[in-house]
Amino acid sequence: MDEDPVKILTIEAFADTIVPGEKRSPDDRAVAGAAPGAGAVEAGALDLLRLPGGGLAEALDSLAVTVNEHAAEYARGKGLVLDDSVPPFVALPFDHRTELVRILTDPAHPEKQMWVSLALFCNMAFDSAAHLPTAQAFADGHPGLLGIGYFPPDTTGEFRFPDFSYGRQLAKHHPHTTATGSPA
Amino acid sequence: MNTIESTDVLVIGSGFGGAIAAYHLAAGGAKVVVLERGPWLRADEFDHDFELGKSYTRIFDFVVGDGMSILGGNCVGGGSVVYFATMPRAPRFVFERRGSIGRRMWPASIDRDVLDPWYDRVSDALPITQQSWDRVPYAGGLWAAACDHAGRTANPAPSAIDLDLCTNCNWMMAGCRFDAKRSLLLNYLPAALSHGAEIRPLHEVQHLTRNADGSYRVHYRHVDDDDYRILHGAGEIDAKIVVVAAGAGATPVILQRSEPHLGTMPRAVGRYFSGNGERLNTAIYDEDRVRDVLGLQRSDGKAYSAYQIGRGPTVASWDRLDGSLPEYERFSLEQLYFPPGLGTILAQVPGATGPSWFGVEKKEMLRRWQSWLTIFTMSEDDNEGVFGPPPETGNAHRLSQQMLGVGPLRYEPTANTWRGWRASDAEVKDILERDGLARVAPWTNDLVGAYTVHPLASCRIGDDPATSALDDRHELRDHPGIFVTDGSAVPAALTVNPALTIAALAERAMPGIVAAARARGVAVAYTGGLPTGVRAGVGPGAMPAAAAKV
Repeated sequence: MDEDPVKILTIEAFADTIVPGEKRSPDDRAVAGAAPGAGAVEAGALDLLRLPGGGLAEALDSLAVTVNEHAAEYARGKGLVLDDSVPPFVALPFDHRTELVRILTDPAHPEKQMWVSLALFCNMAFDSAAHLPTAQAFADGHPGLLGIGYFPPDTTGEFRFPDFSYGRQLAKHHPHTTATGSPA
Repeated sequence: MNTIESTDVLVIGSGFGGAIAAYHLAAGGAKVVVLERGPWLRADEFDHDFELGKSYTRIFDFVVGDGMSILGGNCVGGGSVVYFATMPRAPRFVFERRGSIGRRMWPASIDRDVLDPWYDRVSDALPITQQSWDRVPYAGGLWAAACDHAGRTANPAPSAIDLDLCTNCNWMMAGCRFDAKRSLLLNYLPAALSHGAEIRPLHEVQHLTRNADGSYRVHYRHVDDDDYRILHGAGEIDAKIVVVAAGAGATPVILQRSEPHLGTMPRAVGRYFSGNGERLNTAIYDEDRVRDVLGLQRSDGKAYSAYQIGRGPTVASWDRLDGSLPEYERFSLEQLYFPPGLGTILAQVPGATGPSWFGVEKKEMLRRWQSWLTIFTMSEDDNEGVFGPPPETGNAHRLSQQMLGVGPLRYEPTANTWRGWRASDAEVKDILERDGLARVAPWTNDLVGAYTVHPLASCRIGDDPATSALDDRHELRDHPGIFVTDGSAVPAALTVNPALTIAALAERAMPGIVAAARARGVAVAYTGGLPTGVRAGVGPGAMPAAAAKV
């Protein structure tokens, strides 16, 4: 796939701001390394965002351009000097990336909806691996599903929990419960 | 030559409002066609799979509005296929609510006593059963124990789930592949089919026009099976009676789009929308405190760590369903499961020092996901939702091939609505943070607005023509022969899960709709029957040959 590296770096940096993770290598610029374990990037945020069915694939180029414009403007406002060997959003320190995402997703921001949509998909890549069959995601050791502790399916590929109940009454019923078990 | 297809009754939508209408009218002898914009899936197509394009996204819709997002079903069976099957009756005080209009919002002809026999009928048909403590999943037990510890009561809520078939997989939003959930695919819809009704999936009704003889022409588009953003050919069907049951997020949109053809709609079409006063809080439990304070322990030695296990909400606290409390201060609190992929981004970090819904602290909160417990508030909102101009087609501009779209609903919560939400937040916090059991925070409304899985009231029944779109027989004012029987007909928030009330209202409306059909020349009688003896699910294989060609 012949993709613009600026786009890839920028969208990865955005995804890493939503669910941060460890750097993939010492020279990883997109992933800031702000949290232990894999984050949205390693969980496959780009793979999910590239799916045509998701609805954002065609917009990724312009999203990257726009967030970099915002980053450059933000840096000027803060008096930050950015490393120009990487896109402006990528050059922002993690705390500033975080602050910029907070600004862009504020209810009053005119572009809120598109940044929230981008964040939603980044989060989905991490917590549900929506770009992969779930059974395959487990087989591959998907870091998000494992990271949240999601229990795997049984050997049939389905989810069954035969052990599911404390098995005893744990509260008094409301005194006005009707014979059908409803509120009066 | 006239090549327009015709039928006696055209039903738009196959959720509770549509399925119940289709059954009674077909059983009574009418020729019934049901147009459903979503797909028709069999039980074995309800996947345990988060991948985009599986049933999780095919049968579920998430429509983002301005200040309110709606989650709902999008398939044959409608909301009943994706819902959690919790089926309490609405408390008595709900029917006396006045809201902001200064008069009783419900028609004078309906109160709890009037509705109880209709509740009984639906309870028999699905069926609905009371739940016992020995089969309450861990999350419900934990909520009950916390309520008890805080001096509150808690009840296992009535449910339309066959527990002998249930695996507590918590995949109910993707449809039930075990046929444990008693969706409409197991009762009203197969019964309607057995009486000759036709169900046509992937047919999205766009608008209605009126014929010279007073019948209606229903205009639809074919929806692509995989990518719902793509609409194929168009078609029309003439019908003497139209039952609109597309859901509270779509019914008013269809009627609004029909206004240039049918004439002025009642003012309340697309107004008075209610999100059922819904709000969510998510707690992160301290597993040690669960064991030490509540004395809870699973058979494997863990205290809880079981958010994923169960079947949606099973235990509710009804202490605040007290009719003597002021309006807007009454609510129920129900333990709930919300799967990954949709809701986790809205859960906020309790006591966050940085951003509350993303970033470093949120990732740490996600790491403890199995110790989450989500508490669902259903309160009394102010019917403040208003639908703007309809989108070009459907009820939303679809962003993704399935599930995600942007719709025309605008919702600015009033001070009354916020009063209930704040009171419920405080109640949840008081119960769950007691003695260090958990830390809790409400979901943010900043990303997609407020949110509801129970949209209501956007085309409601009532006695006052200025504030209700339907009369108490569910007929659209000034448009005889058009009836609305879905959640949009419910006048206001119910403080509990509304599916049983929607269904009971639809059952109650049927004798009147049958009578109206007879008056319009349809040979139909109200039999008073109920679906019985249907155990196997119904899928597209059961579709009559005539429908399969369409």
